[in-house]
Amino acid sequence: MDAMSLQRKKIHPHKYSLWIAMGSITMMFIGFTSAYVVKRAQANWFTFQLPVIFWISTAIILTSSATIQMAVKQFRNRNMQRYKQLITLTAILGVAFAVCQWIGFKQMNDMGLPLNGPASVSFIYVIVSVHLLHVLGGVVALLIMFGRAFRTRVRTYSAVPIEVAATYWHFVDALWIYLLIFLSIAR
Amino acid sequence: MSNEATLHSQEVIHGAHAHDHDHDGHDHHHEGNFISKYVFSLDHKTIAKQFLITGIIWAIIGAFFSVLFRLQLGFPDATFPWLESILGHWAKGGRITPEAYYALVTMHGTILVFFVLTAGLSGTFSNLLIPLQVGARDMASPLMNCMSYWAFFLASVVMMSSLFVQTGPASGGWTAYPPLSALGDASIGSKIGMDLWLISMALFVVSQLLGGLNYISTILNMRTKGMTMTKMPLTIWSFFFTAVLGVLSFPVLLSGFILLLFDRHAGTSFYLSELFVAGKALPNEGGSAILYQHLFWFLGHPEVYIIILPAMGMVSEILAVNSRKPIFGYLAMVGSMFAIVILAFLVWAHHMFVTGLNPFLGAFFVLLTLLIAVPSAIKVFNWLTTIWKGNLRFTPGMLFSIGFVSTFISGGLTGIWLGNSSIDIHLHDTYFVIAHFHIVMGVSAFFGTFAGVYHWFPKMFGRYLNNTIAYIHFWITLIGAYLIFWPMHYEGMAGMPRRYYDYSSWESFKQFTELNHFISVVVILVFAAQLMFVFNFFYSIFKGRKVTTTNPWSSTTLEWTTPINPGHGNWIGEIPEVYRWPYDYSKNGKDFIPQTVPLSPEEEKEGH
Repeated sequence: MDAMSLQRKKIHPHKYSLWIAMGSITMMFIGFTSAYVVKRAQANWFTFQLPVIFWISTAIILTSSATIQMAVKQFRNRNMQRYKQLITLTAILGVAFAVCQWIGFKQMNDMGLPLNGPASVSFIYVIVSVHLLHVLGGVVALLIMFGRAFRTRVRTYSAVPIEVAATYWHFVDALWIYLLIFLSIAR
Repeated sequence: MSNEATLHSQEVIHGAHAHDHDHDGHDHHHEGNFISKYVFSLDHKTIAKQFLITGIIWAIIGAFFSVLFRLQLGFPDATFPWLESILGHWAKGGRITPEAYYALVTMHGTILVFFVLTAGLSGTFSNLLIPLQVGARDMASPLMNCMSYWAFFLASVVMMSSLFVQTGPASGGWTAYPPLSALGDASIGSKIGMDLWLISMALFVVSQLLGGLNYISTILNMRTKGMTMTKMPLTIWSFFFTAVLGVLSFPVLLSGFILLLFDRHAGTSFYLSELFVAGKALPNEGGSAILYQHLFWFLGHPEVYIIILPAMGMVSEILAVNSRKPIFGYLAMVGSMFAIVILAFLVWAHHMFVTGLNPFLGAFFVLLTLLIAVPSAIKVFNWLTTIWKGNLRFTPGMLFSIGFVSTFISGGLTGIWLGNSSIDIHLHDTYFVIAHFHIVMGVSAFFGTFAGVYHWFPKMFGRYLNNTIAYIHFWITLIGAYLIFWPMHYEGMAGMPRRYYDYSSWESFKQFTELNHFISVVVILVFAAQLMFVFNFFYSIFKGRKVTTTNPWSSTTLEWTTPINPGHGNWIGEIPEVYRWPYDYSKNGKDFIPQTVPLSPEEEKEGH
C-alpha cells in the first residue's frame, strides 16, 4: 500500500487531469463512431472513397509527434534554443495537418460529395472537423508554451507543461490514426 | 507534494504575484481585491458558493415556471390578468398560450435537471467538500475550477437570454428530440431559442467536464497522509462516481448536439428523413431520429445518477453523524454506488421501449434495469439500519436526509413498474412517469441538497440557518411533495398523457379536473415554502446565529478541523494526518473519535 501511494504521488495532478480529459474526448468520438455504425447498419448507406490526402496528413501528424517528443527531450536538457525550434516546427506541422484536412474537404466537395449529401459523407466532415478542432487546440497550447519560453521575468523549470502538451499531442495523433482506420474499414 | 505543486503553479499563472509567505506556515490567504476574492476566485469554497447561489437563482426561476404551467393545468378555464403583465403576448387575456406552455415545461425541465440539480448540486458540494474532506488545500487545478464555474455562468447567460428572444426559448421538451428540434419551421420554439439552448448546453458540458476532471484528479491524487481510499467519507466516494459518470457520458451528449446543430444549419441529414413541413417536402433523406435518442439517453440515463449520487453520499454522511452511529455497511455502500455507475451505462434503451426497439433487445434492457433495484435496495437497507436504534438528533439536515430516504423508496418502487417493457407500453409518457421521476430524482435530489445546505451552511458562512423556518420548510416540502406527485400516479394509470395543454376537453380525463386543481394549489404552497428557505438562506448569511465552535455537529471528518472561517488553503499550518475511517461514532465509550486521532493501543491490537 505504501509503495502504491508513493507511486501515485509521482504523477502530477495536471497529468492525471489530462488522462481523464483524454478519456472524455475518446468518449465523444466513441459517440460519433457508434452513431456511424448504427447509421451504417440502416438502409441506403452510400459508399465512396476517402480522399488520398488524408494519408498525407497522417504522415504529417506522425512526424509532428516525433518532433514534439524531441522537444521534450531538449527541454529536459535545458537546451532552450533547440526546444523553441522544435515546438515551432511541431506547431507548423499541426497547421499543415489542418491545411491538408481542409484540402481533403475541398476535394470531397468537388467530387460531388458535399456536407449536406448522404449521411455517410456528412459524417466524414463532422468527425474530421471535430478532430481537427482538437488538433488546433494543441497548436494553441504550443503557442502558449512558445510565449512562455521567451518570458524573462518568470522562468519555468518544470517540465510538466511541455510533457502535458506532448501527451495530448500524441493523443490527438493516435485518435486520428484510429479514426482513419475506422473510417477506412467501415465504409 | 501535489498540494504544493498546484498552489504554486497557480502563482505562476498569476505571474508576478509577489508572495512573501513562509513555506512552512502555509498561510495562504490571498490578499486579493474584490474581483479576485469574490468574482474570479480560485478558492474552491468561494466557487462552491458561486455554484450554490447561481443554482438557487435558477431553482427559483425553474420552480416558478412550474407554478405558471400548473396554473394552466389546474385552472384551464380561468384567466389571470397578472399573467399578461409578466408574460405579455405569451399570456394574452390572462391565459397562457399553448406555445408559452410548451416553452415553460421545456425550460422547467432543462433548468431543474441541468442547471440546478447537476451544476447547483454537485457543483456546490463537490467543490466545497472534496478538498476539505480529503485534506487538500485546494483542487488539483484551481484555475480550471474557476473556468468551470464561469463556463456554467456563460451557459446560464445564454440560456437566460433565450427566454427573452422574440420567438421564445426552446419548447420541444427538455430532451430536444428531432425532427421537431431540428427544423426551425416546425414550431416557433425551434427557431433561435433552440440554437441558444444548444449553445448553452454545449457550454454547460464544457463546465461539467472541467469540473469533473478536477474532482477526479483531486480525489485520486491529493488526499492527505493516511487518507486511503477506504478511509474517505461516503460523500467523497459519491462525488467521485458522479464525476466519472459525467466525464464519460457528457461528451456523448455533446456529439449528439453537434450532429443536431449540423442538421439545423448545414443541411445534413443525420436525424432527418422524408419530412413534410407546412405542405412542403424537405430535401433531407435517410436520417434517423432514433439515432439522436440513442445518443441523448446514453447521457440522459447516467444523468439521473449524476443527480442522485451526490445526494446519496451526503445523506449517508448526515444520517451517520446525526444518529451517532457508524454508517452501516460502508463497503457495501461503495460497492453499490459502483454497481449503479456500471449499470447506468447499460440501461439507456429503457427510455426507448416504444420507439420500435427490437423486443428481444428490450428484454436485456429490462433485466439490466431491474438489476439497479439491487444496489438501490442495499443502500436503502443500509440507511435504515444506520438510523436504527441510533441516538437521533433531529437537526434540519437530518430531517431532510430522512425525507430523502422516504422519497427515494416510494419513487424507486415505481421504477420497477416502469422498467418492464410490457407495462411501459401502457405507462409510457403518462403522468405515472412524471410522478416516478419527480419523486425519485427531483424531490429526492432536492432533499439531499437541502440536507447538505443545512448541514454544511456553518462551514460555508460561519453561521447557522434559522431552525424554526427550517422545520416549517421541511414539513411543508415533504407533505407537499407527496400531495403533488402521489395523485399523479393515479392519473397516469388511467392513461393521462404528459405534455398536454388542456385535459378538460377529453371525456376520459374530465374526472381529474378537481384533482388537477388540488395539485396546483399545493404546488403554489410548496413554492411559497421554498421562498421561505431562500429568505432564510440569504438572511442567515449576514444575520444568522454565529458558529462558536469549530465542530458544531461533533463530526469526525476533516472539514471540521479547519478554522470556523477557513481562508484559502483551508488549514493553518500542516494539513492534518488521518488515522481512521470517518465513522467512529459511539465507539469505546466515546461519542465520536475524529479521523485525526491516532489509533489507541487496544484498537491496534484489534487489528485495524
